[in-house]
Amino acid sequence: MSSIEATPSLPATGAVHARRRPSTFTAYRWELRKLISQKRTYLGLGLAVVLPLIFVLVQNLHTHRGHEPGNIFASHITQSGLATPVLMLLFLSLFMLPLIAALVAGDIVAAEDSNGTLKTILTRSVDRGQVFAAKALAAMTYATIAVFLSAAVASIAGVASWGFHDVVTFSGTVVSAPEGLLLVFAANAVYLIPLLSVASVGVLLSTTTRNSAAAVVGTVGLVILLYIISGIPGIEGLKPYLLTEQFENWHGLLRTPTDWTPIWHSAWVCALYAIPSLVAAYLVFLRRDVTGG
Amino acid sequence: MAEEAPPVRARGLVKRYKEVLAVDHIDLNVNVGDVYGFLGPNGAGKTTTLRMALGLIVPTEGTVELFGRDPLREGARALEGVAGFVEAPRFYPYLAARKNLELLAALDGDGAKERIDEVLEIVELTPRAGHRVGGFSHGMRQRLGIAAALLRRPRLLMLDEPATGLDPGGMRDMRALIRRLADEGITVLLSSHQLPEVQELCDRVAIVDSGRVVYEGALADLRRQGGAGYRLRTTDDTRALEVLRAQAGIEHVIGTPPTPHGLGFQAEERDVGALTLALAQAGIGILALTPELATLEDLFFRLTEANGAGEPLERVS
Repeated sequence: MSSIEATPSLPATGAVHARRRPSTFTAYRWELRKLISQKRTYLGLGLAVVLPLIFVLVQNLHTHRGHEPGNIFASHITQSGLATPVLMLLFLSLFMLPLIAALVAGDIVAAEDSNGTLKTILTRSVDRGQVFAAKALAAMTYATIAVFLSAAVASIAGVASWGFHDVVTFSGTVVSAPEGLLLVFAANAVYLIPLLSVASVGVLLSTTTRNSAAAVVGTVGLVILLYIISGIPGIEGLKPYLLTEQFENWHGLLRTPTDWTPIWHSAWVCALYAIPSLVAAYLVFLRRDVTGG
Repeated sequence: MAEEAPPVRARGLVKRYKEVLAVDHIDLNVNVGDVYGFLGPNGAGKTTTLRMALGLIVPTEGTVELFGRDPLREGARALEGVAGFVEAPRFYPYLAARKNLELLAALDGDGAKERIDEVLEIVELTPRAGHRVGGFSHGMRQRLGIAAALLRRPRLLMLDEPATGLDPGGMRDMRALIRRLADEGITVLLSSHQLPEVQELCDRVAIVDSGRVVYEGALADLRRQGGAGYRLRTTDDTRALEVLRAQAGIEHVIGTPPTPHGLGFQAEERDVGALTLALAQAGIGILALTPELATLEDLFFRLTEANGAGEPLERVS
């Protein structure tokens, strides 16, 4: 190694000079850059892109004979390309998007702990609270991107296949194509409420288990468990408070007139899952022993 | 007040993991300008102590302050002017070395980004700056760890086994770098079990064993305490041996003439003076009389091995 004569002159020994501390946004930005640099990030996003494309391809190959029974959007799939993103949200919202959200949320703290990089960033000039906030926000951002990426791909593929036409709602009324497009993206935004709660649980498990696989499987396992619970006879009174029941909250937006009741209900029920999870994860993160690496 | 505070001051540090007492009431005093060796066998509690000092783990009892600031209470603010690594430095393997440093510089603020080229140059990683850290050798990662620490323009550098896993050339370069940094005025806390490294670099040491400090103080004092020895060569070693044995205050005389290395003995300095006069009166010329200090290795094993060779030392702490 070469001489260090060229090193900048050090502050006077013992002197404490006021440092300009980095912001939480800086830490958040770097969390996103780390996500962008990892191949596994693209696994979830790839699913969000590929699944709508496969769906549209299959529907193009499938011979539709008029209005098919079942879901109203399924029966109108060839009438308007805007039915496709709604159908995709119906399909992906139940398991695939929670899985995609869990992939990153469950990994975001635990992976750094086991790799030893958590100690590296916690000995810099950002507080633990800032690091936690940046990580939680990055996990939420990833889930949000996955949802809207899927919606965008489904919309583009659907419109390319079946045109930008008026679309029916769950109530059977017809809305114009521009309004339909707006409703599609609003529905995806509303769906984020329960999905971000899933991500919050993932962050909690990631922080407490220190094991990526355990946190991801635990988060997905919770979703499956809640589905099982919702199917148990005799506890119907509990169903409205299960997180998995909130995955359909966005249906209210696609009714005429808009039904806000399930959306508001979903908002506070999801808050009951998300806020304690994040607060607990935050408190654990603040006081945890960082021994990995 | 903070300006006068020592770089590291630990009092009664304890870390207990259920049944295991990893650190047992450790006190440390690292002063400004020290190159402070933190010595101990594997599992002695060195790394746990460093992690507590950096605020990575919470002490069960006790406090540690860096320049008068407690990392537990003040968080990142307590680490201002402090840098280093515990165990091996860790980086994001999927990012290039430069990107890793950019990330850390962003988390440092204070213009650290402008120093990236400079610190890469110091550790001679400029040609590999664009390569992913995942492909780096252990030695290159150690050097990158030093570079990451220097980004912070530290006044206190805490290094945990920085030369471990390096080849002899890498060890030599690492020691030279630490020496130069110390000469620049950086206080260095060097955790190591490599005794030659500590002996070469450090002026003060703490030796830990089973979670307790068994010695803290100047390395020279420790070696003196370990027994100041002397080696004597004379014009007539056979007669000199008789004088040595007869002289008060001269102990542990070794050597059977004729021997090319002369005679060895232990004595207080004042008794050595009397010995030289006695040798002169006996008409024996002194060719060489040289003090020999016990090696750090001797002292280390005496302090840390319950059944170690040699005589027990007075435990300072």
